[in-house]
Order: sequence, then structure tokens, then C-alpha cells
Amino acid sequence: MASTIASFKVDYYQYLDPDGRLVEGSQIPALARDMKELVSLYRLMTLTRVFDKKAVALQRTGKLGTYASSLGHEAAHVAIGSAMREEDCFAPMYREYAAQFYRGVKMSDVLLYWGGDERGNDFSGPKHDFPWCVPIATQCLHAAGAAMAYKLYKQPRVAVTVVGDGGSSKGDFLEAINAASAWKLPLVLVIVNNQWAISVPRSKQNTAKTLAQKGIAGGLPSIQVDGNDLIAARWAMDKAVAAAREGRGASVIEMMTYRLSDHTTADDARRYRPQGEVDSAWNKEPLLRMRKYLMDQGFWDEVKEEELLDECAERVQAAVEDYQHAVSNDPQSIDSMFEYMFKNMPHHIEEQREYAKQFPAEGDH
Amino acid sequence: MAEITLVEAVTMALAHEMEQDPTVVVFGEDVGVNGGVFRATAGLQKQFGDERVIDTPLAEVMIAGMCVGMAAQGMKPVAEAQFEGFMYPMVDHLVNHAARLRHRTRGRLTCPMVVRAPWGGGIHAPEHHSDSNEATWAHFPGMRTVIPSSPSRAYGLLLAAIRDPDPVVFLEPKRIYRWQKETVEDSGEELPLDVCFVLRDGTDITLVTWGAMVKETMEAAQALAEQGISAEVIDVATVAPIDMDTIIESVEKTGRCVIVHEAPKHCGVGAEIAASLADNAIWHLKAPIKRVTGYDTVMPLYRNEMNYMPSCKRIVHAAEQVLRFE
Ligand SMILES: Cc1ncc(C[n+]2csc(CCOP(=O)(O)OP(=O)(O)O)c2C)c(N)n1
Ligand SMILES: [Mg+2]
Repeated sequence: MASTIASFKVDYYQYLDPDGRLVEGSQIPALARDMKELVSLYRLMTLTRVFDKKAVALQRTGKLGTYASSLGHEAAHVAIGSAMREEDCFAPMYREYAAQFYRGVKMSDVLLYWGGDERGNDFSGPKHDFPWCVPIATQCLHAAGAAMAYKLYKQPRVAVTVVGDGGSSKGDFLEAINAASAWKLPLVLVIVNNQWAISVPRSKQNTAKTLAQKGIAGGLPSIQVDGNDLIAARWAMDKAVAAAREGRGASVIEMMTYRLSDHTTADDARRYRPQGEVDSAWNKEPLLRMRKYLMDQGFWDEVKEEELLDECAERVQAAVEDYQHAVSNDPQSIDSMFEYMFKNMPHHIEEQREYAKQFPAEGDH
Repeated sequence: MAEITLVEAVTMALAHEMEQDPTVVVFGEDVGVNGGVFRATAGLQKQFGDERVIDTPLAEVMIAGMCVGMAAQGMKPVAEAQFEGFMYPMVDHLVNHAARLRHRTRGRLTCPMVVRAPWGGGIHAPEHHSDSNEATWAHFPGMRTVIPSSPSRAYGLLLAAIRDPDPVVFLEPKRIYRWQKETVEDSGEELPLDVCFVLRDGTDITLVTWGAMVKETMEAAQALAEQGISAEVIDVATVAPIDMDTIIESVEKTGRCVIVHEAPKHCGVGAEIAASLADNAIWHLKAPIKRVTGYDTVMPLYRNEMNYMPSCKRIVHAAEQVLRFE
């Protein structure tokens, strides 16, 4: 006789709908009433968007290398950053700027990184945070390792990492889930599901209904949220971070969003993605609904919006100037290639450094 | 007959072999609808369908491991790693399985797979996108590592790599993907693996290189010619196993050798060539063998990358040092 020995469900959470209205019939998180906090987070989402647009423009005019835009992901990223404490550890992928800005990373750091200057990875903000991580999904295991360290130190600290819908197909992600489950690690694994992995749509990664259920398979509480709804995304993060901090182990949150931009500035999404899909995604984007909500509640208006945009433009411009100053007036030397290879530089690298200085590149930087 | 670039020659070879051999499949991230991030597989899915040109989930371990499985069952998978720096997860399957399946099973199972990857620096790419780690692959017994340096060699060598009954890592110098155009006939004629190509005859010094460094090395040979020095230039092409006969023959004639590669110096393929020359041609050498290479550092981000890569000037400098010995 057959009997069910386990069964699972995946819950989906949305509190603020695309029209900026609170979803009726649900228990609304307290954050929805904390207008001061919401305004402050909305300001960071806006700053990130203004920054992002500028970074793309810099790339288009040859002043920045390839850049990975965060357009459309702002609510998910702000939710992640703002749910963490400074002593927690963030292991990002490569486009979670808003989360990092919240943690004190500077806009000029981001520009340095994509501008081909290693100093970007030595960013401001918590010194224990991991640098950007291009080899997909590897960061998941570093975060699991950080969580293991905090557990062994018996410190109430949490590691948070982000992986994409594409990255969730890699073993590193599944192995991190497994490790976090086996050792009850203080870890939060966030899947930022923006529907695309460069040209590969979510549906081609696998036929699972959700990516969150991969966490369930490994034994972790796992949910899906509307990642364009800051209230839901932040609520989910708060819950997961608290559980991890209190010794109740790891969880997985799948945040549903959409990559409104090309994959990076080196990509042209028109080759593989229907414009209609992008157009309809714009109706669900995160800033629009938060702005509407704040306006409806009487905490935002057109004048404030204009002032904010001006302020953001100024701050972004100042960051661009810092970046350009660093790369033009204070560029990294040839020596910088050899520094930091080891604490104690081996003799042959010293020799190579002296040789390299005789042959600076000509023309091209 | 059209003039084509190196990357177009890759596409042409893939199309040719897919047409000829129904067991050839292209397998990788973004290779289908998008035609690859460098357009190396552009149009192939339209032509051959999505069961021959297969967009995979994002998972390099899966790509390599499944290629072993497909190849062992008689298919000829041609995988694409999006960049060579993302091949590292494939090591387990390439080294523990692909490279030794024939040997382990006494020839019962074999692994005729190819992993292609854009390789090398110099295009201002982001972090981890510019590595040159051919020596990593070259070190493992049981598989070949092949690097073309022109459109015609890309076409002929890729055909040979796909047809070869053993695993081949095929590294494509992305800096010269679109550097020169050449008339390449879609003849289906392969070029031999395990053979060096002499690109320029000379009598005074042998310059040995491969991949995108062929560009700087040929420029250096020209610069030396203007000083009245006759340099022979050899494109190694298959860096594992190396055709030492051609290199030794050249060095027996010139008595001098400079080896140029973009990869770090330490345990680079240049070291293997220098050691073999010491072994087999030492009585013909009139001067020490010099290597002009990348440094034993992390490949720098793009603002410093041209300070890292061997330049024509560095090659000429090394040649002049070697030529000082009478
Ligand atoms: C191991 C590895 N393989 C391939 C790549 C090339 N690559 C960079 S981003 C990307 C797609 C990532 O998609 P996803 O995980 O959904 O994240 P998103 O970029 O959409 O945020 C690929 C294939 C890489 N960086 N690392
Ligand atoms: Mg994605």
C-alpha cells in the first residue's frame, strides 16, 4: 500500500500590487505603515536607478567597461541590503548595487570595478563582505562557509548571498543548500529570479514550477515573493535573517523580478527577447508602485520626486568625478599588478615587476 | 568564396561538420537563439534545429559531464564554455573521465568530444574573462589542446578536432576573433593536429608562439627584418602534444629561440618547449632560450591588461638579447 510520507507546498507573498495598492485580505507587515522607512528605502531605489542609467551612459561613451545593469531589481536589492546588519556578511553576484550601497559601498567603487580598476573590489562598507563574484553561483558556497565560521565562533551573525535563476542550476547553489541544511547554518540564500540568464529564459533552466522548491528539496524553509514589491521582499528577508540569527537555520527566498535591461552592456537582448514581454514588465517595475503607494498615503508628491531626482543626479555626478579622478589622476601603477599576489612577494615576482616597469604599454591603457 | 574572420571560420567549420555528421551537436550556454556571446554559433540553431544546437542550463559541470556521456555513446558533442575562465568547473569530468576513458576501458569506450572556449585577454573584458590557461589543459595526459591563430587554421583545426577520436580542448583567441579576414574555402579539408605551422621562414632566430600572440610575434619578426635579422616564426597550434620536431629543426638552423605566450610564465607551455629544446637541441643552441610571457600574477583588470600582455617591443628586446651571443 502506498502512503504519503512527505508533501510540500511553496507559498507566494505579495503585499503591494503593481498599482501600488496593498493586497487585501492579507496580514500586512508593519513596514507598510512605517512611512519614514519606506521613504528612505524608496530614495535608495531611486538613487540606484539614476546611478544605473549613468553607468550605462558612461559605457556607451567609452568611459566605462562592460557594465551589468540592475534596472528593475531595485526593490529586491534594497530589501536584501536593508534587512542585514553591518556585522552580517554579504556575498553578492555582480548587480546588487542597491544592497551594497545600503551597506556603505560607494557608487565610485562600482564604477572603478567595471572601469577595469581593482580598487573597486576594495570597496567601502563592511570589510568582511565578499567582492563581486563573476564565476556564477560560486558565492553561494562562500556564504555558506562564512555562515559556518559564525556558527563555530558562536557569533549571532548571518551570511546572505544572491544567485540568479540561471545560477540556481549550478551545483554550487544546491551544495550550499545542502550544507546549510546539514549544519543548520545562519545563511539566507536569495534567488533573484529575473526570468533570464543572458539569452536563456527561466523555462529552459528546468520545468520546476518554482526555484524556491529546490530549497525545500534540501530541507530548508523556502518561499517565493514578488521581488518588485519592496514590502514583501523585505518582510521575507527580515524573517529569514531573524531565523538565521536566532539559530533556527537557513532559508531560501525566490524573489520574482525582471531584467529590464540587456544582460550587460555587451549584450543585445533584442536578439532573443520579445519587446512585448519587456514592455509589460515595465508595468510591474518596483519604483512605480512604491511611488504610487507613498503618494496615496500622502508621503510623497511630484515636487519631492523632482527634488529627489536632482539630488540623485548630483550625487551620481560627484561619484563619476571621483571615479574619473582616480583613473586619470591617480591610476594604478604597473607595480599594482604584482602587489597583493602574496603577503611575502616571491623573488621571481619581484624580478618580473622590475622587468615590467621597463615595458609600459604604449597607447592603449 | 568569401573573406571571413576567425570567429566566422569557427561557425563555418561547425556548420560543415554538422551537415556531414549527424552525431555532431553543439552544446552550451546561449549558443542557440543568441548564437553565442561572440556569435560563434550564429545561425546554427536556425539551420540545424534545437536538437542539434542546444541551449543548456547554466551549469558547466553538467555540460562537461554530459558531453562525456554523449561522446561515450557515439555522439560528437562540441561544447562551448562561454569563456575559458568558466571552464574550471569542468576539470573533474575532463581530467577524471574524458581524458582517460579510452585508457581505463582498454579502448572499449572513448570520448570524442570538443570543448571550445574564447580564450585570452586584450578585449577589455570584465574580471575572470581574460585568462590564458592552456597549460592547465596541456598538462593532463589523454586530451589535446589546440589553439588556432588565423581564420583558415581555425577552420581546418576545428574540423580536425571534431573528427578526432579523442577529447580536444579548442581555445579560440578572442582578441583576434575579428582581427584579420582571410579567404577560406568551405572545402571540409581539415588541417593536421599535433603539427606546428611555420608562418615565416628565417635563419637567425626562431620565434615560437601560438594564439593571439602570433600577431605581436609576426610584428616583431618584421621589426627584426628591418634591422637585417631573419626570424623564423612558428605557430605551435597544438600545444598538447607539441610537435617538437618542427621546432627542433628550426632551432638547429637558427641556433636561437624566443618563446612567446600570453599565459603566466611559471609552468607555462613555453617551459615545456624550452626543456625539450634543452634535451634535444642543446648542441645547436648559440644562446640561452628566452621566454616572453604574461606575468605570474592574476590577469589584471582591463586598465592594466596591456601592461601584462607581451608586446612587440618585449619580443624584439628578448630577441636582441639572444642575438648578442655569437
Ligand atoms: C560559471 C560561469 N559560467 C558562465 C558565465 C557567463 N555568464 C555570466 S552571467 C550569465 C547568466 C547569469 O544568469 P542568472 O544567474 O540568471 O543571473 P542574472 O545575470 O540574470 O542576474 C552567464 C552565463 C559565468 N559568469 N560564470
Ligand atoms: Mg537571471
